[in-house]
Amino acid sequence: MSNQGKMDCGRRRLIVATAAVGGAGAVAALVPFVSSLLPSERAKAAGAPVEVDIGKLEAGQMMTVEWRGKPVWIINRTPEMLGTLPKLDGSVADPKSEVDMQPAYARNETRSIKKEFMVVVGICTHLGCSPSSKFKAGAEEGMPADWLGGFLCPCHGSTFDFAGRVFKSKPAPTNLEVPPHVYLSDTRIVIGEDKKGA
Amino acid sequence: MAAGKSEKYKSDGSIGGNALEWVDARFPATSLYKEHLSEYYAPKNFNFWYFFGSLALLVLVIQIVTGIFLVMHYKPDAALNANGVPIAFASVEYIMRDVPGGWLIRYMHSTGASAFFIVVYLHMFRGLLYGSYRKPRELTWLFGVGIFLVLMGEAFFGYLLPWGQMSFWGAQVIVNLFSAIPVIGPDLSILIRGDFVVGDATLNRFFSFHVIAFPLILIGLVAAHILALHETGSNNPDGIEIKANKDENGIPRDGIPFHPYYTVKDIVGVVVFLMVFSAVMFFAPEGGGYFLETPNFYPADPLKTPPHIAPVWYFTPYYSILRAMVWNFFGLPAKFWGVVGMGASVVIFAFLPWLDRSPVKSIRYRGPIYKTMLTLFVICFFILGYLGTLSPSPMGELISQICTVFYFGFFLGMPWWSRMDKFKPVPERVTMK
Amino acid sequence: MKKLLIALFFAPLMAFASGGNVHLDKWPGAVSDKAALQNGAKLFVNYCLNCHGASYMRYKNLTDLGLTEQQVKDNLMFTSDKIGGLMAVAARSDEQKLWFGATPPDLTIVARARGEAGNAGAGADWLYTYLRSFYRDPNRPTGWNNVVFENVGMPNPLWQLQGQQVLNHETHKLEMAIPGQLSPAEFDKAISDLVGFMVWMGEPQQEFRRTLGIGVLAFLLLLFVLAYALKKEYWKDIH
Repeated sequence: MSNQGKMDCGRRRLIVATAAVGGAGAVAALVPFVSSLLPSERAKAAGAPVEVDIGKLEAGQMMTVEWRGKPVWIINRTPEMLGTLPKLDGSVADPKSEVDMQPAYARNETRSIKKEFMVVVGICTHLGCSPSSKFKAGAEEGMPADWLGGFLCPCHGSTFDFAGRVFKSKPAPTNLEVPPHVYLSDTRIVIGEDKKGA
Repeated sequence: MAAGKSEKYKSDGSIGGNALEWVDARFPATSLYKEHLSEYYAPKNFNFWYFFGSLALLVLVIQIVTGIFLVMHYKPDAALNANGVPIAFASVEYIMRDVPGGWLIRYMHSTGASAFFIVVYLHMFRGLLYGSYRKPRELTWLFGVGIFLVLMGEAFFGYLLPWGQMSFWGAQVIVNLFSAIPVIGPDLSILIRGDFVVGDATLNRFFSFHVIAFPLILIGLVAAHILALHETGSNNPDGIEIKANKDENGIPRDGIPFHPYYTVKDIVGVVVFLMVFSAVMFFAPEGGGYFLETPNFYPADPLKTPPHIAPVWYFTPYYSILRAMVWNFFGLPAKFWGVVGMGASVVIFAFLPWLDRSPVKSIRYRGPIYKTMLTLFVICFFILGYLGTLSPSPMGELISQICTVFYFGFFLGMPWWSRMDKFKPVPERVTMK
Repeated sequence: MKKLLIALFFAPLMAFASGGNVHLDKWPGAVSDKAALQNGAKLFVNYCLNCHGASYMRYKNLTDLGLTEQQVKDNLMFTSDKIGGLMAVAARSDEQKLWFGATPPDLTIVARARGEAGNAGAGADWLYTYLRSFYRDPNRPTGWNNVVFENVGMPNPLWQLQGQQVLNHETHKLEMAIPGQLSPAEFDKAISDLVGFMVWMGEPQQEFRRTLGIGVLAFLLLLFVLAYALKKEYWKDIH
């Protein structure tokens, strides 16, 4: 207690200066520790862009590739499938893809670069299950009679259309995520990259 | 001292003050702070040698924090990966290259291991200089010897983890020492390894000891060491009990509050230490091949012993003593006596409080005998340490035998030679040199 | 007394500087020479990576040598199709063991492993001397031997560049019997570059480490000045 009375200006200034510089050093010392929690070069290499040949994907078929450990679906949509999309504008939660779940170049009617090819991360935006495909319209796959085809998440029953748009009043809050992707040619795409690097 | 215990913190009405009052009513925050910092009266004449206690604590914190982050990436697995490299070894290089900032954390940990021993050796030497182990601080000293023993175990277990050639063969040799114990020896070394050679089972149990078992014991012992010290109060370079001379408030006349005086002083010591530590870590992280031994950059190979194996520098004095024992006594083999000698050379420190019979504590008031003996002891310790890094040779063996005899002579003869010295009169009050 | 202790502490370290039975030529290069490292990288992937892995390295790390990812992909990437892939050998280690009798060691950190206690640069010197000391020896199954590494298992991988040396058993010196594609001076430079690459590869961030170290020490010096002034300020009351 006695030393508080003696606390003069010079001493106070020194305490503040030492504490400030020491504190800055302590924060700087945190850098290696915090950065060590970030994805390592191995994780980055494993999450590197994936090149896919879509030349053999027939109309109406879907293929799954792995990117960053997540399933990415590539669907070659038939005209009938594409035809269902405008009809559902009233029943889906975000018909115009206003929520940022796709790169700007996929923010359109079909949520894709090329009309027929849908590229989407097959992870439900609710709690991360992978939805299953229910492509056939009607009750044939155990769906309601007015079902036009799309996806059903087995965990909590969210449903999505052929553009990965979530239906209204379902647990999933947003449409399925469209990953960054780019066409190298008509039949080759790279998932995980917007523009081809140098 | 007496006044501090019952006083509870009274709020000044601010939110922080109220919170502190609430806590203090339920937890001895104020009294702990006073007892161990603001009203812990330390002798005012501490010199250079008194930095190493707090520095040891700092290194312990560095080792624990860096260790926590290393464990997130390290894999204790002796199996080979697709490239034919043991997974444990590859995971260390993974930390060095692929984990952002990993190389720095790993160098902190590897440099910290050697720094720990340097600091602890200097801390122990301070005890020898000023008789800090003497009555009434025998328990503090014993806890300290316990810390030293646990630290050696901790270092030994940790050294296996990179799974390099030195890791493997070092563990192989040390574990085989236990087989020298009569009757139970061979089974004991199998029990320690969990296998017939040092293998995956050994690696995994050493990992467990290194990251949880021994650190827990270490932290407990450190707490006991500090509590015992704060019970008796610190010794000082004059070896005078400052509590024997108190003022009317019951405060030692030669004592000053640990906080702020020794906190600001120790901060200076910490900064200087960090400068030396950083100099090694950033410019010579291998420590000239002594902190990170070069054969350890080869993955462990059970079929090929490196041409020259030596323990890490901090174990070499005891290793020399082990090698110095080449005679069979009482029908027991030399190997057994080597192990006994090595174990005894460490444990014998624990008996110092009862071996030293001099009427004074500090070297300042001791005569030429103690100064000579201590100097010779330090020289012997260094020679033994140096010889322990070399390959065995007849000359080296003879010198290490002489040094070993002196090493034990220093301790075992102490009850006699420590009494014979010429002592200077000890002053009433501490001196500020 | 203090001086004596300090001297005692350092004496053993100095005594270590000596040692080694074969004279090693000093590696003349420097890790900061990016052009040399690039050339070394090219030699390494062409002459070493066929049998030896550098499996802790990723091809992407080579961009630190001042190359673009595309340059690495076009010129240096033979064993992986991914820039983030490891520089592993194409052959599996157990197959190699079958072919060569032993798995050729991984070379990522060989420059560090070949170091000596008390002599940090010894690894580079060893490699620099070793790679230039192959000679023809009909008594060896491979037809090659080495002055630095007696009865070495590896034939001279660079003999087309270096030519073929023989050992003069009277002078114990190596003599060039059949010249190679490079002159001795050019070959020495090539090996220096190759060794430089291996030294760099042993710790790719080593240059950054030293730079960071200077910054940290400068910071600590500032902190020391302040902390020391603070200590003085408090301790002026204590006599």
